[in-house]
Amino acid sequence: MRLLLIIYLCSCYSLTSAAISQQRQQALLNMLRHDCGSCHGLTMAGGLGPALTKASLQGKSVTQLQYIILQGSRYQPMPAFKQILTIEEVKWIVNRLRSGEIE
Amino acid sequence: MNKKSVDVKLCTGLCVILLLLTMLLSGCVTIRGSGDLGVVIERASGSVHIINTSNRHSISQVSGLGDLSHASVVFSRDQRFAFIFARDGGLSKLDLLTGKLIKRIVQSGNSIGGAISQDGRLIAVANYKPGGVKVFRSDDLSLVADIPAYYGTANKRSKVVGLVDAPAQKFVFSLYDAGQVWVADFSQIDDKASLQNSSERIKITKYPGIGSLPYDALISNDGRYYIVGLYGESGLALLDLWHPELGVRRILKNYGAGKRKLPVFKMPHLEAWAMAGSSAFLPALGRHEVLVVSQNNWKLKKRIATHGQPVFVMARPDGRFVWVNYAFPNNDVVEVIDTVSLKVVKSLKPGKAIMHMEFSPRGEHIWISARDDNQVSVYDTNTYQLIAKLAMQKPSGIFLTARAHRTGL
Repeated sequence: MRLLLIIYLCSCYSLTSAAISQQRQQALLNMLRHDCGSCHGLTMAGGLGPALTKASLQGKSVTQLQYIILQGSRYQPMPAFKQILTIEEVKWIVNRLRSGEIE
Repeated sequence: MNKKSVDVKLCTGLCVILLLLTMLLSGCVTIRGSGDLGVVIERASGSVHIINTSNRHSISQVSGLGDLSHASVVFSRDQRFAFIFARDGGLSKLDLLTGKLIKRIVQSGNSIGGAISQDGRLIAVANYKPGGVKVFRSDDLSLVADIPAYYGTANKRSKVVGLVDAPAQKFVFSLYDAGQVWVADFSQIDDKASLQNSSERIKITKYPGIGSLPYDALISNDGRYYIVGLYGESGLALLDLWHPELGVRRILKNYGAGKRKLPVFKMPHLEAWAMAGSSAFLPALGRHEVLVVSQNNWKLKKRIATHGQPVFVMARPDGRFVWVNYAFPNNDVVEVIDTVSLKVVKSLKPGKAIMHMEFSPRGEHIWISARDDNQVSVYDTNTYQLIAKLAMQKPSGIFLTARAHRTGL
């Protein structure tokens, strides 16, 4: 199952954020800063959850980050967002985190 | 005119101006108490509003307080000063009467709340990075104690959560990564305490092996029971501070992890003990339920189905009703549970992204923050009528000075 998902994620690379409306992007950024921020910090500097700043994500696998957002973590309090976010939205969020543009 | 007489005239003139200024200033100062004041956190802008709960308005706004996501506040026993714990390790002392920021220090890289000692002289802060607890004098915020949360053999430091004050000058807290509860006894620390002379006078008792990933804790209103939520396994960990020799034991063995049904989008807060009679009301983890637990034997009495996963479960001060808010994405609803019938009797929609609720000291009103509506609402808790709305930027925690005289808040 996990492998299938990763393969699917890899196959979706051609999709861009153009598919996500401006309004939805704002909602996602608000969610990122404030809801994800309750564990990862408003500035993504970390809290109960790990830091998700541009620097701290250097060298981390994009696919794995996307997987964790969709499926959650088995050992840590990170929930699965697959019922909240589409795969395209997850990809967009990971891109924003990796570029450090979350304002 | 010689130089001396010029000096004399200048001096007299200055004195007159000073006198006038003093009269003007003293004329402006209204003597007032602070028992009906409070603080609302504006999490995104690093600012707070000082509020008056009698006429329900914002007195002033104070900014420059750092990263206030997940910020919390404790109050001095005279209810004049607020101590604000910021996410970025900031600790600020705010004078509620003058609206002035007295002092702000950044005492760690990342912190998660704190507590004030029973006698009001010490402020303790729980830190994630570097993991541990730092304790400061409440008068000048000078450091009294630094307690690094070392655990294991590799000298690693754990994140600290669930820090509360307990009777007899104690602070109790939990080590997230280590699964431990520590009790720090500050009863031998006097007014002359400083970092240099304090360490041998602080007694720390450690309780290892309390369970996996303790994420938050509460202390009962009487300061007797310290109860820890565990993310990594089922049940809650309980330390009876009247019987510390019994150690930490597990209660509600089915609580949480083992029977989790849903992803937990926001960790529930175990901030206050919602008590009504001999029942405690707890947020279920990963379920749309509030749990009713008997405080006599810690057995589950009932599961109450709710609108979402509870975050705060707050008893009105008289214990007659319990108000509940919910995690994302069900966070636009507040429900009220009748503690006699154990049923949800009212559902309100106070706004988008409800963050926190705080009762007025005797519970006739409740203040509710709606983060994504930039609004704080005040409701009558008997009629459920909306009686005031205050515009604020991304409001989150609401803290009233009545907390000053309650253990664990």
